[in-house]
Amino acid sequence: MKQQFVAARAASGVGKSAGSASMRKVHRHSLATRLWHWANVATMAIMLMSGLMIFNAHPRLYWGHYGANPDPAWLDWSGGDGIPFPGWITLPSFYSLADARLWHLAFAWAFAALVAGYLVWAGLSGHLRRRIAPRLHELAPAHLLREAAAHARLRFAPEAGYNTFQKLTYGAVLLVLLPGMVLTGLGMSPAIDAGYPGLVDLLGGRQSARSLHFIGMALLAAFFAVHTAMVLASGLLGQLRAMVTGWQRIPAEGEGQA
Amino acid sequence: MIVNRRKLLGMGAAGAGGLLLGGCDALNADPAVRGRLAGAEELTMRAQRLLVGDALAREFAERDMSPVFRANGSVSVADPVYNRHAADGFAEWQLQVGGLVQRPLALPLSSLKTMPQREQITRHDCVEGWSAIGKWQGPQLSTVLAMAGLLPAARYVVFHCADTLEGQPFYESIDLIDAFHPQTILAWRMNGRPLPIAHGAPLRLRVERQLGYKHAKFVMRIELRDSLSGLYGGKGGSWEDARGYQWYAGI
Repeated sequence: MKQQFVAARAASGVGKSAGSASMRKVHRHSLATRLWHWANVATMAIMLMSGLMIFNAHPRLYWGHYGANPDPAWLDWSGGDGIPFPGWITLPSFYSLADARLWHLAFAWAFAALVAGYLVWAGLSGHLRRRIAPRLHELAPAHLLREAAAHARLRFAPEAGYNTFQKLTYGAVLLVLLPGMVLTGLGMSPAIDAGYPGLVDLLGGRQSARSLHFIGMALLAAFFAVHTAMVLASGLLGQLRAMVTGWQRIPAEGEGQA
Repeated sequence: MIVNRRKLLGMGAAGAGGLLLGGCDALNADPAVRGRLAGAEELTMRAQRLLVGDALAREFAERDMSPVFRANGSVSVADPVYNRHAADGFAEWQLQVGGLVQRPLALPLSSLKTMPQREQITRHDCVEGWSAIGKWQGPQLSTVLAMAGLLPAARYVVFHCADTLEGQPFYESIDLIDAFHPQTILAWRMNGRPLPIAHGAPLRLRVERQLGYKHAKFVMRIELRDSLSGLYGGKGGSWEDARGYQWYAGI
């Protein structure tokens, strides 16, 4: 087993001492992170696919409080058959705004609970401070350049912690993008807008909230694509094992640590 | 061994992907799944009512209005009786108010115009995603309901309309919380002119804190009921019955 794993890591070009047979186990992900991660995979897939169907119902985006067909749109995909996102990526696969809303507005509760619950846990447990917040020295240009160079060669330091780019990306996703999706979603609700006009003003109007919701979706989809590529590049099996069991086996560094 | 495992994993992923694609529509069609998902509507309504209370929807200034207000849904009516009324400006037309009321009413348009009026410039949000800002004027629904006098069993206000959806007479409904909200009006005037037919002449419901499909056009008759079951498809509205849209459309 051990040999195979080392060989796998060597094959994927990861780990400086991959030739050594000595391994050590590091605890990579807390139980909360792991549960959250997999619940997110399911929830975000449903939110994305049903959301794209909802977008299909009116594939134009505007800035400001109002915006409809007679008004100028900054994005207009209503050409052709007027259905920009095809069935293989929407929920349901056939055109149904009502069914998409059924899924989207039910799983919105799960999504919001996952975001809020995780942020409370990550804030109170020190996870944000210890694991996500970059250290000051990590933000030094020389350090960032060194990490960027390693990143570009797909060399990932086999350490227990996240690298600086991961910290910055995860921080932006956790603190800006995910809460932003909840807030821009709520900003489109006529009832919430009545009770909390400050929210829709902060977002620049209901149509701006809809545009920002779409842009946030695109950024999350980009994050998902890069994240998946990075997991593949850094060893799919090891990463999957770590996100399921919490533990990752990495080559031992230095003198005889096993 | 490793290659096999990778291969297996790849096959598993491909299989899961195929299952997922077919499975999504199967889940979507499953009545038990749909029932669970629909449960969120009640949760959303309770949460929004709790968080929002009786707050008023934003009212805008004239300069904020949409240059063109899109007309959507039914933009004309086939019924010959309706069209005869439309031809003479609804001069002989009357709004019927009945059901669980103390005094059934038949109100000509002229009396709806002379009741105390409310004018509001509000944002209309279509379920499809677009918004338009327009000016609406008419008596508050609460004024009409007070004239009729509700019986204690009345829980819902149903709006029977002159248009149709998929061959069925169009109707919509709201509960008494929205019915007595100050911005819930029976608009006969839009953007400073009599309500055009495309926007629901002679009378359109404005229920400002819900999506556009709740704002019934071509309102002919108001019925007070204790329950929505037993009326057409039983879901409280034509869009709800025919397409499965939520009855509570606050989001």
